[in-house]
Amino acid sequence: MTLTKAQIVDSIQDKFGFPRKKCVELIEIMLEEIKKPLQKGEDVMISGFGKFCVNNKKERKGRNPATGDDLTLPARKVVTFKCSQGLREKINK
Amino acid sequence: MNKLQFIDALKKETGITKPEAAQIISIFFDEMSEALAKGDRVEIRGLCSFFVKEYKSYTGRNPKTGEKVTIAPKKLPFFKCGKELKERVDKK
Repeated sequence: MTLTKAQIVDSIQDKFGFPRKKCVELIEIMLEEIKKPLQKGEDVMISGFGKFCVNNKKERKGRNPATGDDLTLPARKVVTFKCSQGLREKINK
Repeated sequence: MNKLQFIDALKKETGITKPEAAQIISIFFDEMSEALAKGDRVEIRGLCSFFVKEYKSYTGRNPKTGEKVTIAPKKLPFFKCGKELKERVDKK
């Protein structure tokens, strides 16, 4: 089974009894608040869960696997995740 | 940004109380942790997805001393960045 936004909205609704529309809105705002700092290049640290980090990747040479042509992959920023000790223990229990 | 700043930001943007903001955030991360603990996949559109990857036991080496060590089998969450987030973070 896959956990998606829908089930999280259900839980929020059960807990608070807000109308569904409001619960969806709250989740969307919350997600936006996670994305905003990452977009600015700032890490997001959630104790007990993990840390979302923005990493700068340097430019590197690559190859088009289909044609074999050399090409340069430009420098870019990527988001990585570092699992917290607590989450790691929970998963390995 | 840490959890406390996150709670404040959510409170400010939504007008809900601080305890409510804290609860919503903990529901979100608790549900994801529980799903992963069960071995389920998590998919949050626009943000990221996670699945649990199982690693077999292997013989590693202590990089400092060069000693051989046996690494026990383990499970780790594997993070995949969502399309929207990926594009926003790498915006030129």
